[in-house]
Amino acid sequence: MNSRSWRNDAYAKVTGKAKYADDIKFPFMLHSVPVYSDYVHALIKNINTKEAEKYKGVVKVITVKDITGKNLFGQIVKDFQIFADEKICYNGDVVAVVVAETKDIAIEASKLIKVEADILPLILDPEKAMEPGSLLIHEKFDTNIINQHKVRKGNVELGFKKSDIILEEIFQTQFIEHAYMEPEVAVCNPRADGVMEIYAGMQHPFSTRRFVANLLGVTLSEVEIIGVPVGGGFGGKDDTIAIVCARTALAAKLTGRPVKMSYKREWSVRESYKRHPYKVYYKMGITKDGIIKAVDTKIIADGGAYCSVTPWVTWRSTVQCCGPYQVENVHCDTFGVYTNNVVTGAMRGFGSPQMNFVIESMMEIASQKLGMNSIEFREKNMVRQGSITITGQKLDNHKVAMEEVLNVVLKESGYFEKSKNNSFGNSENEEQYGIGLAMSYRGMSLGAEGVDYCAAIINVQNDGSILLETGIHENGQGSESAMSLILAEELGVNLNRIRYRRPSTSNIPDSRTTVASRGTVMGGGAVVNATKELKKIIFSYASEKYSYSADEFEIKNDNLVNKNSSISIPFNELITDMFHNRVYPFAFGVFRAPKVTWDEETGQGDAYFSFTYGCQVVELNVNKKTGRIKLLNAIAAHDTGKAINKSMTEGQFYGGIAMGTGYALHEELKMKDGKITSLNFNSYRIPRATDMPEIKAILVENPDPNSPSGAKGIGEPTNELMAPAIANAIFNATGKRFFKLPIKISPNK
Amino acid sequence: MKLNINNKHYEIPDSYKEKRLVEYLRDDLDLTGAKNACDMAACGACAVLVNNEVIKICHAHLKDVEGKNITTIEGMANPDGTLHPLQQSFVDAGAIQCGFCTPGMVLTAHALLLKNSKPTRLEIRKALIGNLCRCTGYQQIIDAIEMASKYYQNENQISKKDTIHAEKITTT
Repeated sequence: MNSRSWRNDAYAKVTGKAKYADDIKFPFMLHSVPVYSDYVHALIKNINTKEAEKYKGVVKVITVKDITGKNLFGQIVKDFQIFADEKICYNGDVVAVVVAETKDIAIEASKLIKVEADILPLILDPEKAMEPGSLLIHEKFDTNIINQHKVRKGNVELGFKKSDIILEEIFQTQFIEHAYMEPEVAVCNPRADGVMEIYAGMQHPFSTRRFVANLLGVTLSEVEIIGVPVGGGFGGKDDTIAIVCARTALAAKLTGRPVKMSYKREWSVRESYKRHPYKVYYKMGITKDGIIKAVDTKIIADGGAYCSVTPWVTWRSTVQCCGPYQVENVHCDTFGVYTNNVVTGAMRGFGSPQMNFVIESMMEIASQKLGMNSIEFREKNMVRQGSITITGQKLDNHKVAMEEVLNVVLKESGYFEKSKNNSFGNSENEEQYGIGLAMSYRGMSLGAEGVDYCAAIINVQNDGSILLETGIHENGQGSESAMSLILAEELGVNLNRIRYRRPSTSNIPDSRTTVASRGTVMGGGAVVNATKELKKIIFSYASEKYSYSADEFEIKNDNLVNKNSSISIPFNELITDMFHNRVYPFAFGVFRAPKVTWDEETGQGDAYFSFTYGCQVVELNVNKKTGRIKLLNAIAAHDTGKAINKSMTEGQFYGGIAMGTGYALHEELKMKDGKITSLNFNSYRIPRATDMPEIKAILVENPDPNSPSGAKGIGEPTNELMAPAIANAIFNATGKRFFKLPIKISPNK
Repeated sequence: MKLNINNKHYEIPDSYKEKRLVEYLRDDLDLTGAKNACDMAACGACAVLVNNEVIKICHAHLKDVEGKNITTIEGMANPDGTLHPLQQSFVDAGAIQCGFCTPGMVLTAHALLLKNSKPTRLEIRKALIGNLCRCTGYQQIIDAIEMASKYYQNENQISKKDTIHAEKITTT
């Protein structure tokens, strides 16, 4: 097997045999569809379902009145209405679900449902929504502010006094749709044993189980989420799919039959949460020698109608509000705010793509004011081994590779040489050339935003084959393969012994969500620790049997051997022998993330247990006449820790860079009066093969001592740098600075 | 009406003529490799080959393909289950992540390589313009297609199974 590119699911996926949720059928299965209203913000007077109920083939119409458990739920604040109750808070609120013999019947019947409501004023601007006295989206709270985070370090006023140059800018970013290729689909089967069995592509089965149990009014043990291939997630297959599963499960419970709910793209885009648009006020004070003395920033995130994970997303923005730079004096206020816009939540980057666009643009603006090379300016301020971050964390428990990745990218891209060709809007050619760079550091895994732990189970069978399971979910990134590769290496057995078990929430303990680039770090950590447990069991058995001490043994190339090689037993024979002697080669392992701390009042603490470092460069042309931006190539270097599966790791680079390119240049959710108008791929434009340049991925491997497998998370770092790198390259090509995403250059008439 | 799907002949009642091909394949034949991800022929996840031309079947009806040869992803591997060289290249190049676009990508690449067995990377990009992928940035997909092109360059090597699909159905 070629472990460089090995995937356990490659055969199933390349032959079309992989069964995604929409490919699953049950006998007597019903179909269900969500019903929306035309309203954005309104008080519901009546939901009339009578005509729909009479429609031939309709089995049931479900509204809030039919709920057997509780309607409200959420991972942080329980404000999501699974069915709209008294109020419509955004255009994606679901007022009813129609359950019918076919999907077409359900869709036709859903058109007969009439919602009467009194329209309320729209609250679409988060800055206005924050003002005291603003109309409230959720009356049970006395403000539209969802959360506030702070950083208070040093004395910014004094810092600005000591500065020679003070810069103040305002940046804005847009709503971004995850655009996973697979829209939300849930299949719920009410099993005879009383368990609601659920098949759906998702990143957080344990949270989904809580959403379902809450709506149904049952215990967690009565809901089983069974893992199926996920057609892309990027942070987006969390709350919305959990809600879709909950509604479908209720339909299955009320009808007693299996029910599928398969979303059309337009429903998915209308209802599902997005990446937060940010408005960022950024003030930076620098000395004439190029030292950043102070940063004062106010960050406002549009949280949309429900909280989702806005407090966690904005927390990362807060912790990383000065990028990978040391700043003595920092004052940061970050707000998540309710509006009647579409809900916003987790998306690849999780609060960093917005801030990196701001910070890395500011670094270039500042260096131009200073008349200093922007790389030199970065080098003067960037974190190094032993540096103290803006939250007071000393970076001394891992290799601080900021300088290393920067230097690799500078060299590989020929940055300094090529910078001489920058047009700055003065090109004689039609094509104006620019090269741009951006860099960042990123706290690994959840940090102080959540409780961080993960489980793994290794269950060796009588014949020496191995079943592996972890609480991490396969989203397409290749986590099952990575976990299997880690086990094969740590245990010393052949990879083909290992089969990754189809995951189930009823088998593995809650290991939280597969987000935050934590899959390989946390799941891999659990696998390493479970392997240690398994080895203890095996070696203790071998010690008794062969009368050597347990620490004399190791497993090498699929054999149990002792130090002087007098014993060499094939792994499978050893295992069969263990079973004959009533010893189970079964191990449970847990990885608890190292301790992190956070003080909400001062915004100080050891926010993350480790950091990863990245740098990206892009070259592009901007056509003088048409304004067309053409990317020429991209180079990225990231400290990946130990890369478990090199080909899959590179895949994260390429995909992250493509998504970052869309963020910079193409993607924008169009809204009119709180309603999304770009509901499908014809109007929401994600990068195509012809939009992307050739990309060079450079893996800088510094195994992380805080991660048992040595791996670091890489999914998000690769996605958070392209927008500023492109913005900086566009400046170098045109001499124009853009403060708003996506960057559109109008034709020069 | 008659139809040939993955080298198998189908006699289909005329009442099915208005049925959408994507629904017929997925619901009636359980050939679920073609995905319906946008329902407006904008993403290519449902792409199949009709006489070796790429067709997005969320917008095609059975009457549109009457008497033609359809190749779905399920028809790409050899009868013994071993992968077609193009599929193997996708595996080896690391071109598969979530896998949702993969069937459409493989079939679109197959159509390209049968016509042009030595495409440049830019030609490959252009051929993939109607197939969206959100995971891979297309890089390893293009690597895979480049890698597989060697198979198509040797005409003697191309199996009959790959070319027969361009022909009209002759059997009754």
